[in-house]
Amino acid sequence: MAIDKDLLMLMLRRMWTIRHFEETVIDIYAKGEFGGAAHPYIGEEAVAVGACVAMQDTDYIAGNHRSHGHPLAKGGDPKRAMAELLGRVDGYCKGKGGSMHLADFSVGILGESGILGSSLPVATGAALASKIKGEDFISAVFFGDGASNQGACHESMNLASVWKLPIIFICENNQYAVTTSYRDTVAVEHVSDRASAYNMPGVLVDGQDVVAMYEAVSVGIERARAGEGPSLVEGLTYRYEEHSLGLGRIRRGEYRPEEEIETWRQRDPIVIHEKRLVEQGIATQEECDAVRDEEAKEIEEALEFARNSPFPEPGDLFDDMFADAIPQP
Amino acid sequence: MPETVFVNAINEALQEEMKRDESVFIMGEDIKRSIYGATMGLLEEFGEKRVLDTPLSENAFFGAAVGAAAVGMRPVVETLTSFMWVAMDQLVSQAAKMRYMFGGQVNLPVVYRATMYYGGGSAAHHSDRSYPMFMNMPGLKIVAPSNPADMKGLMKTAIRDNDVVIMFEDGTLFGNRGEVPANEDVPGGELLIPFGQANTLREGSDVTAVAIAGSVPHALSAAEELEADGISVEVIDPRTLVPLDKATILASVEKTGRLVIADPAHKVCSAASEIASIVAEEGFWSLQAPIAKVASEQVHIPYSPALEKLVYPTKEKIADAVKRTLE
Repeated sequence: MAIDKDLLMLMLRRMWTIRHFEETVIDIYAKGEFGGAAHPYIGEEAVAVGACVAMQDTDYIAGNHRSHGHPLAKGGDPKRAMAELLGRVDGYCKGKGGSMHLADFSVGILGESGILGSSLPVATGAALASKIKGEDFISAVFFGDGASNQGACHESMNLASVWKLPIIFICENNQYAVTTSYRDTVAVEHVSDRASAYNMPGVLVDGQDVVAMYEAVSVGIERARAGEGPSLVEGLTYRYEEHSLGLGRIRRGEYRPEEEIETWRQRDPIVIHEKRLVEQGIATQEECDAVRDEEAKEIEEALEFARNSPFPEPGDLFDDMFADAIPQP
Repeated sequence: MPETVFVNAINEALQEEMKRDESVFIMGEDIKRSIYGATMGLLEEFGEKRVLDTPLSENAFFGAAVGAAAVGMRPVVETLTSFMWVAMDQLVSQAAKMRYMFGGQVNLPVVYRATMYYGGGSAAHHSDRSYPMFMNMPGLKIVAPSNPADMKGLMKTAIRDNDVVIMFEDGTLFGNRGEVPANEDVPGGELLIPFGQANTLREGSDVTAVAIAGSVPHALSAAEELEADGISVEVIDPRTLVPLDKATILASVEKTGRLVIADPAHKVCSAASEIASIVAEEGFWSLQAPIAKVASEQVHIPYSPALEKLVYPTKEKIADAVKRTLE
C-alpha cells in the first residue's frame, strides 16, 4: 500500500501530539493540578493514530477509559482536551466529563466511556444509522483486551455481523487489564481469533507499527464501505505507565517484570516510525525533530489555554441535562 | 369519538410518526411479526430497514439505539421491563448520562418502549414495574400512560422529544378500550400530549387520589364506589413521572387536605414515595390526615394466582385507604 509523505508525517505528528499531551498530563497530575483518574496512552499511540488517519472526519469513533489518545488521533483539539482535564468551561464537555469522557462530535468522536465494553454497542449503533440512511460513513470502536471479555463486546460483534454493519472493532491489546494479564482471562490465544465466531475477518497487527495499523484498518474500512460488514483488528501493544495515575498502591515490577517493560520500550512506536521515515529517505531527521518540537509547543499552548480557561459557574450545574428542558424536581 | 384499544393506540402512534419522519425506526425482539400487537403492520408499511428484529442482545441493541440517535436517527426500541436489567449498563452509563457528561454536545432522541406484564401469572422474572428505579436516575424522561388516548398522544410526543424517554406501557391495560380523538378533531390536527401535565380524571373535594398507570382504573372504580357513600374523591393521573406535574397534585391536596397514592410499583422508594415526599415537604400545611400509600407489597411476584392477587393495589385497597384518611 503506497502511502504519501503527507500522511506518513501526519502519523508522526499525531503520535507526538499524544506523547507530549500524556507526558504533560503526568507532570501536572503529579503537581496536583487535577484529580480523579487519568489513564496514559503512552506506548500505544500507533494503534489509535494508524486507525484514525485511515478515516474521514465524517466517520465516527468511540473509545474507552484510556481516553486521550483516540480523540487526539482523530484530529481533536488538544486545547479543549486539556481544558476538560482541568475541569474548565472551554473543555470539550464544559468540565462535566473529565479525562475519561472526552468527546468531539464535530470531528466524529462519539465519546470515550469509563465503563469497559460499554462503547461497543454505541459505535455499533452509529454504523447501523449509516446503513439505514444509506450513507457512506463508517464507525470504529477502540477497546482493550480486558473489555473483549464483556458481554457487550460479543453482543455487538454478533449484531454488527448479522446486520453487516460498517464498523471496525479495534482491540488495543496492551496485555493487561489493570494488573491482570490477558493470558489469564482470554480463552483464545489472540483476541482477533474471536472474529471467527462472528463470521468476520480478524487480524493480528503489530500495534507498535503505525503503518501496519493503518493498512489493516484501511482494509476493514474498505470492506465496511462496500457493505460487506464488520472487521476485527487487534493491535498488540503495551502500556508503559501504570493503569491509571493516582494508583499509588501498584508498584512497578509487581505484576509485570521490569525486563518486559524495558523490552517493549525498545519497540517504541514513534522511534519505529521515525526510523523508517529517515532510513527510507522519506524525511530527514531534522524534519522529524521539527514535528516533535512543533507538537511540544502545541501542547504547551494547550496547557496555557486550559490554565487560563475559567471554571464553570455554579449556575452551569443543571445545564445540558436535557435537550428539551424540564424543571428540576 | 372513536374507541381504540390501548395496544392499538401504540400502533397508531408508531404508524403516524414513522410516516411523518424517515429518521424514526423501530427495533426489538419479534417485532416484525408483532408478537405483542403494538408493531402490527409496520414491516409491511415501512420495510426491513426501519423495522428490525434483533438478536437476544439487549445490551447491544439498547446501546445501538443510543449510537444511532447520536448520529441523527430517532430509534424506538421495544422491550419488556424485565429485559431492561440485562441492558442496564447501556441505559444508565450511556443513554442517561451521555448528554450531560459530554457537555450537551449531543441529543439522544431515543424511545424505549418497556411493557410491564404483571398480574397474569408471569411470576418474578416477567412482572417488573420498574419505573421508580429509573426516576432515581437523572437524564431519563419517564412516561406511564393509563388510557389509550394518553398512550397515543404521549407516544407521539416521546418520539418527537429530543431526549431519552422510557415509555412504561402497562400490560394490564393493553386490552382496555377508550376514546381516542381522531387527528382531525384535535387542535393542530394531531394528538400530542405534552410531558409534565397531569390529567385530573375526576374532580372531587374530600380526598385526592393520585394513581399511576394500571392503578388508575382501580382508583376510578374506588372513587365511583365511594361516591355512593358520600365521599368525593379527586383522581389525578400524573401521566409523566419525569417530569412530574407537582403543581396539579399540590393544588388538589390544598383543596382536599387528604392524599392517597396508588402505585403498582413496589412500595419502597416507589413513585408513590416520591409524590408523598413532595407533598410532605411542600404541601404539609394543607394536610388534614397522614398520606396513604397503596403500592405493591415488598415481595417478589409469586406465580400462584392465590398469592399474586395479594400484591398489587386494588379498588378495595384504595377505597380502604381513602376511608382511613377520613377517620
